[in-house]
Amino acid sequence: MANKVAANKRAEGKTVEGKKSERKRGRPPKSIINDKPSADTMLEMYRQMVLIRRFEEKAGQLYGMGQIGGFCHLYIGQEAVVVGIQSVAKEMDSVVTSYRDHGHMLACDMDAGGVMAELTGREDGYSKGKGGSMHMFSREKNFYGGHGIVAAQVPIGAGLAFAHKYNGDGGVNMAYLGDGAANQGQVYETFNMAALWSLPVIFVIENNQYGMGTSVSRAAAGQELADRGKAYGIPGVQVDGMDVLAVRTAAEEALAHCRAGKGPYILEMKTYRYRGHSMSDPAKYRTREEVDAMRKQHDPIEQLRDVLLREGADEAQLKDIDQKVKKIVGDAADFALASPEPNASELYTDIIVA
Amino acid sequence: MAIEIKMPALSPTMTEGRLSRWLVSQGDSVASGDVIAEIETDKATMEVEAIDEGTIGAIHIGEGTDGVAVGAVIATLLEEGETEVPPISQPVSGATTPVAEAPTQAAPNQETASAVAAAAPIAASVAAPAAAPVGAEPDWQGSTRTMTVREALRDAMAEEMRQDERIFVMGEEVAEYQGAYKVTQGLLDEFSAKRVIDTPITEHGFAGLGVGAAFGDLRPIIEFMTFNFSMQAIDHIINSAAKTLYMSGGQMGCPIVFRGPNGAASRVAAQHSQCYASWYAHCPGLKVVSPWSAADAKGLLKSAIRDPNPVIFLENEVMYGQSFEVPEADDWVVPIGRANIVRQGADVTITAFSIMVGKALEAAEALSSIGIEAEVIDLRSLRPLDTETILTSVKKTGRMISCEEGFPFAGIGAELAMQVMDGAFDYLDAPVMRVTGKDVPMPYAANLETLALPQAQDIIEAGKAVCYRAGGL
Repeated sequence: MANKVAANKRAEGKTVEGKKSERKRGRPPKSIINDKPSADTMLEMYRQMVLIRRFEEKAGQLYGMGQIGGFCHLYIGQEAVVVGIQSVAKEMDSVVTSYRDHGHMLACDMDAGGVMAELTGREDGYSKGKGGSMHMFSREKNFYGGHGIVAAQVPIGAGLAFAHKYNGDGGVNMAYLGDGAANQGQVYETFNMAALWSLPVIFVIENNQYGMGTSVSRAAAGQELADRGKAYGIPGVQVDGMDVLAVRTAAEEALAHCRAGKGPYILEMKTYRYRGHSMSDPAKYRTREEVDAMRKQHDPIEQLRDVLLREGADEAQLKDIDQKVKKIVGDAADFALASPEPNASELYTDIIVA
Repeated sequence: MAIEIKMPALSPTMTEGRLSRWLVSQGDSVASGDVIAEIETDKATMEVEAIDEGTIGAIHIGEGTDGVAVGAVIATLLEEGETEVPPISQPVSGATTPVAEAPTQAAPNQETASAVAAAAPIAASVAAPAAAPVGAEPDWQGSTRTMTVREALRDAMAEEMRQDERIFVMGEEVAEYQGAYKVTQGLLDEFSAKRVIDTPITEHGFAGLGVGAAFGDLRPIIEFMTFNFSMQAIDHIINSAAKTLYMSGGQMGCPIVFRGPNGAASRVAAQHSQCYASWYAHCPGLKVVSPWSAADAKGLLKSAIRDPNPVIFLENEVMYGQSFEVPEADDWVVPIGRANIVRQGADVTITAFSIMVGKALEAAEALSSIGIEAEVIDLRSLRPLDTETILTSVKKTGRMISCEEGFPFAGIGAELAMQVMDGAFDYLDAPVMRVTGKDVPMPYAANLETLALPQAQDIIEAGKAVCYRAGGL
């Protein structure tokens, strides 16, 4: 990929490592942000963000109909984060995330029908209906979950990075975590080891500003989460996580850093979830106006749509994508509802590898 | 008055050591705090400092001497004005160190020989068995070699690491320090820092990292310095390692070994003395093994490393230095899930695992002297449990005693009693009895600690009770 080469060149041209986080506070430099991906790449990112949005809306709908049970954490509003990052990842790279994981799976090219069938607890789900919304995996796509325990995925991601380094396969792990998880002790144990052993891992802190119902200001002493790796010498950058192009650029930088053997990297993505923490969240901790302002002024899909139209894409092209996505999601829902519940015999399978 | 310098105990479980080097010679004057010698124990090399000042009058044990008993006089220090070295008193074995945990006599060996004399009264009153019990698989007919549990564990890891590049060892002090208990001794030299990795003291983090590496198709061996510290990491063991295979619909498992000493050491009190067997055995998705003999330690660890599932491998610090016969096979593997009958008997079944096997054998010999022949089963594996071997034995004897070091409530014994009710209720001639640690946090004081731990005498009493025998023994 041409973009990849460019990213590597930029990384090599860097000078003083230590000043990085200072210099890059806020948005990445203009020169980088203007370095736009090709029209095709942007259209694909648009398609993926729309796919995640429509998929999550459908999941919310099915939840309301009683077809999805338990916890269901929707990613609506945060689409740019995973799409921007995964757009520059390579096949050998691995991904691990929290329980708000549907978007990550779609961005890792997992099948929408398989994900939706897992949400409905059916046998054609990625985990045969035994994992549910929070626990899905695809070794084929290098997606390692889907973890229900806040921050547990962080050392696991470092372990996957350890394996990349051990095997010398050139891969990098993307470990996604929320702002809530950023206060967990194991995150700092992991930062320490990852830096100590120069593990190729990008800690993507998806700062959607609320850990369940508690705002970052009420939960975190020192709200600059990008700086949380400073004591370990891990460079950190704060990025506008509602701008998929900014995300992509920052991810290129981070990946180049990791691939060059320079160790871990932190990307703090300032983002926002439109929906509640989970389906049962009445969201009394924030105002309607706050949510609406984010939607109207910062929506990641609308922002990219504007860029695409400015750059010469036409309405029909985008409409075509919307239609195709709608069909994928409709088919996924049909598939998920038609798939049978797992056979009762599945209760006692997959406990131990025989 | 001349002062006798005695072989010090450098750890609660040390019974003897090697006097590797003298840093002073006869005639040298020393002040308190001066390093006078280096002593090598089974765990580490330590410096010995002079406690008093004076002149070295005589050195009684030369450097390079192995097996110097704790308490033996190694040198005499003359005080000011003294020139005559008085004859040394008899070595007071064990007198300077409270060896509350008497090494089992079931496996006599050179390393524990000196401590046997100092064994607690209960153990001393029990006749030692004529021969070391066979810890190996019963069907092994070939030659054997005497080795400690510690060496057996190390060899198991080294042999497997030679066969599979994906295996690595990670934990606190496993590399440069050569293991907090020397179990990983020599591995760094052979396999390099890439595969033998010292971690910071962050169990939660490195257990999780190990799980991730296993997801990434490596084969981690994660050492906990003791299983007490695995409490910091238990979330990853249960939620991340044990459940993933199921949660992924069989797509992804977690081939990892968590190993380290479990149970009581000696005089380290409540936070460092607990048996976690029932905690881990409780959870589907894990395998839990806890060997007693060196042969099983080696064979089971090799199986654990090859196993595609997460395996909890519970060792015992007190057992590390004990020697057993280990088969001289190119590839000695003991399958997980099979118990071993270490003593045949028709009157009562005694189940035990880890250090309690030795105590059960002691008790069995004592019971034999009053005509009760106990069948002793070394469970070896707690999950999966070899229920068949247990039930077959109970159907023959009609009685069962379960021994474990852990707490009684919701312990392994509770489960075994239930299994026997399920599978052999009609064969029972007496209620199942448990011999366990007391239902208290482990106390520090030597006498209280002895009271808190299950002893051979407790098993003897239980044996008499289930056979309805009165009278002392």
